[in-house]
Amino acid sequence: MDTAPPAGAGAGAGAPLPLSGELPELAGVHWRRRVDEEGLRRADRLWTLSAVAHEVPFLLTAVLLPALNLIMIPVSVAALAFAWVIPELYAARGAGVLRPPRRAVSGGAAAEHRALGLLADLVGHDARDLLTRTGLALEAGRLGVWVVGPAGALLVRPGGRRVQCYCVRATGDDLPVADRVAHLLLALRADEPGFATVANLTFSGAGWRIRRRLAPPARLALSAAVGVAAAGTARRTRAPAAV
Amino acid sequence: MSRLIRLDQTGHTVLAEWTGEDPVAAETARAALRAELERGYLAVASEPGGEATAVRELPLDAELVILRRPIAGG
Repeated sequence: MDTAPPAGAGAGAGAPLPLSGELPELAGVHWRRRVDEEGLRRADRLWTLSAVAHEVPFLLTAVLLPALNLIMIPVSVAALAFAWVIPELYAARGAGVLRPPRRAVSGGAAAEHRALGLLADLVGHDARDLLTRTGLALEAGRLGVWVVGPAGALLVRPGGRRVQCYCVRATGDDLPVADRVAHLLLALRADEPGFATVANLTFSGAGWRIRRRLAPPARLALSAAVGVAAAGTARRTRAPAAV
Repeated sequence: MSRLIRLDQTGHTVLAEWTGEDPVAAETARAALRAELERGYLAVASEPGGEATAVRELPLDAELVILRRPIAGG
């Protein structure tokens, strides 16, 4: 079966491949600063500050209003609810990157099986069992340990406590789920900082906030990634190869 | 035997196979790679150790070259 040219291939398609080995898709997000360790730490700090800025006013309201007048207790309860709900909404948005796509592919189960076979060949021996159980690929990189899904990836930062969620996908809607994972895995392996630059950061925060929002297979994959990150066994230290 | 494959809606499609001793097969693989790059696909040489390198020419010594679609932030 032939395939149509990649739909929405504007982000880098046809562009000359950078000599540094960077992802060609970076041309589509040229205004973004290329991600590095310091950039990730900065993003983590901004997300923490943002969370504090969201929560402190509500918490102060919840504490101060009843002190002024007990009749304000219902307002205080509502403020507490907001203080709880807002971070939960952000976490839910982050966890959504590992949600499987709803759309069925045209090739059906046979295509999915074939795609899964190739993906199993691509992942390392250790990650193969997890892939079979969860459909997600575990990849240890320089920036942390990645859990790669069909529509995004989680990055468990070194130490295993903090998680970043990235929304990113292969262009076109007709690919099998495992093929989508393979697309992201190959891009990640070719240029990890470039991958994190192209992807949209949707959440950064404590792993426990994400965990309870994940489906059981994704939770299992996150636990495995946290284990690897906590053990400090991130694998590769390779910069993108020159082409 | 090295392979050039394309990730597509069938799971994947083997476009060409070649060996270092078969210049005709290698040229066929080169032509197939060029054609897919012009269609907007991106090529990655996948190495057995789990590393990958973006390529625009066929690396004859690579075991597996995979054509993928561009990715974009969602």
